[in-house]
Amino acid sequence: MIRARGLGRSFGTKRVLRGLDLDVAERDVLVVTGPNGSGKSTLLALCAGLLAPTAGELEIEVERGRLGYLAHEPLVYRELTALENLELYGRLYRVPERRERIGMLLERFDLWEARHERVSTYSRGMQQRLALCRTLLHDPDLLLLDEPYAGLDEAGGVLLDGELAALAGERTLVVSTHEPERIARLATARLALA
Amino acid sequence: MSTSLRNNTAVALAVAAFVLLLGGLALAFYWVPDAPIEGFRQRIFYIHVPVALTAYACFGWAAWKALRLLWLRDERYDLESYTAVHMGLIFGILTLVTGSIWARTSWGVWWSWGERQLVLFLVLFLFYSAYFMLRYSVDPGPRRARMSAVYALFGVVLIPVSFLAIRLAEGLIHPVVFDRNVNSNLAGSQLFTFLVCFAGTLALAASLYVNELTGKRVDERLRELREALT
Amino acid sequence: MNYFSDVGALARKDLRLELRSRDTFLSMVLFVVATLVVFSFSLPAQTEAEASYGLLWVALLFTAILGLTRAFAAEREQRVLDGLVLAPCDRSAIWLGKALAVVAFLALAELVALPAFALFFEPVTWELVAAVVLADLGLAAVGTLLAAMAAASRARELLLPLLLLPLAIPIVVGGVGASISDDPGRFLGFLALYDLIFAILSWASFEYVVTE
Repeated sequence: MIRARGLGRSFGTKRVLRGLDLDVAERDVLVVTGPNGSGKSTLLALCAGLLAPTAGELEIEVERGRLGYLAHEPLVYRELTALENLELYGRLYRVPERRERIGMLLERFDLWEARHERVSTYSRGMQQRLALCRTLLHDPDLLLLDEPYAGLDEAGGVLLDGELAALAGERTLVVSTHEPERIARLATARLALA
Repeated sequence: MSTSLRNNTAVALAVAAFVLLLGGLALAFYWVPDAPIEGFRQRIFYIHVPVALTAYACFGWAAWKALRLLWLRDERYDLESYTAVHMGLIFGILTLVTGSIWARTSWGVWWSWGERQLVLFLVLFLFYSAYFMLRYSVDPGPRRARMSAVYALFGVVLIPVSFLAIRLAEGLIHPVVFDRNVNSNLAGSQLFTFLVCFAGTLALAASLYVNELTGKRVDERLRELREALT
Repeated sequence: MNYFSDVGALARKDLRLELRSRDTFLSMVLFVVATLVVFSFSLPAQTEAEASYGLLWVALLFTAILGLTRAFAAEREQRVLDGLVLAPCDRSAIWLGKALAVVAFLALAELVALPAFALFFEPVTWELVAAVVLADLGLAAVGTLLAAMAAASRARELLLPLLLLPLAIPIVVGGVGASISDDPGRFLGFLALYDLIFAILSWASFEYVVTE
């Protein structure tokens, strides 16, 4: 699904990634670790297609609509409600049976009660859960998750554990995290960035 | 493009530019007869118009390179497009300066809003100066290359649109105070002189272009090598 | 057609956001009226009537810049634009949806500005209204694209006016010409031509501005 050879990315004169070779096959679960600034987010953004490589090659064999990306920011409009945000993304991603799917995800991530509240009123944990809803909304084949546990409280973390466990083996996952032990059981491959 | 310091194209262009410009200027000031109405002062036409046309050529070249960048998704064209815009801006400023001098010698004023070319170049000067502002405020990378390319394309479309606007504005918005006796049928000697000067300015632009581009590519290569060593 | 339903959804989103916060729209209305008032103090008593039409167009242009500066503010704040760009929809739909919303805001601001102008200065003719409509389309088309560029830069608010003003000069010529000329049709035709050329260009190149 993902193939990188000598992948590099610089921002001006600052080089964040260099000479990276990568192979991610279908249904792999790749866990990416590394200290802050090692390029984990950059790598995921490259795989999502948001950034272009400045060196080397990168092939992503997934089309845009089958790709799910969770960034540091939740990528939702603060002044819209959770429902309105997911409605918009649902439309853009051509999600079949949009209403049902949105309802199901909101309930699964315990946001149903707050669905008519604006995102600006949400706590960090709620925003992260909404971001997860957005990422999973269109049932993507390839999931790129940049520190998915960040901001989640205990309950949220447990919810996410369950989700990831269900997805591993069915979908391809690339997860960057500071807590690799949490998904150690699910990982089929590891990448440590320096 | 060869980055060797002994670059034959660059040398050839520089020599050609030198010869053609010197020759052209000599022709323009000594050989060509006086223009019927304007007299000696008209001779600046042989610098002003070639410089203006060369500026257009540079902007067109920049737009072509920009199109290639967007079409082929090859970032190499970014530097070429940028250098061409740079050249275009230099020649654009020269156009404004020579045009202003011509206005002064013809009509006694340093500026005239009725002078279409001058006004057009003022607009283009603003536009392409903003190009540099755009480049300075975006971090280098694929994003900046693409945005610059799109902007360069807008520029080349703006040229005819602006010209049309300026023509429409004439009389209504800007006063038609002076009427230049532009005789577009150049006599033999005048045409020859003009062509020599035009070839000279083009050669000069090309020479400066190759020069700057080579320099930038050398810088790029140095940076790459330095990075590869760390 | 999916494309137009995308555009509709995106435009509705922008209108909804503005309805909630109302800050951009209100600023635009206040700004244009304040500018007109300032102009009334800056024109000497003996000035010809036609000069005030010129000032109207300057006021409209700067009001448009004010609105466009904030066009991608919501997307920039939370990097939502990344989310939209990743979606499988055509990126130009983002441009079209946003541009339509911008036209709506401009029109609303002008709904206040034109009567104010008629009150303070000179009567508003049908040609002027037509020119304003055409100018809105052109400014929105080009401005939305340039706003996306500016949003990706470090200079942000400072960059948009620099990029937009040279491109807006033909619009001002068309608008003022249509306001004061004996033959406004020529200028309206020119504005329509401008709109057509630059709308197509902006529509086609938006993709390249928001992706890498």
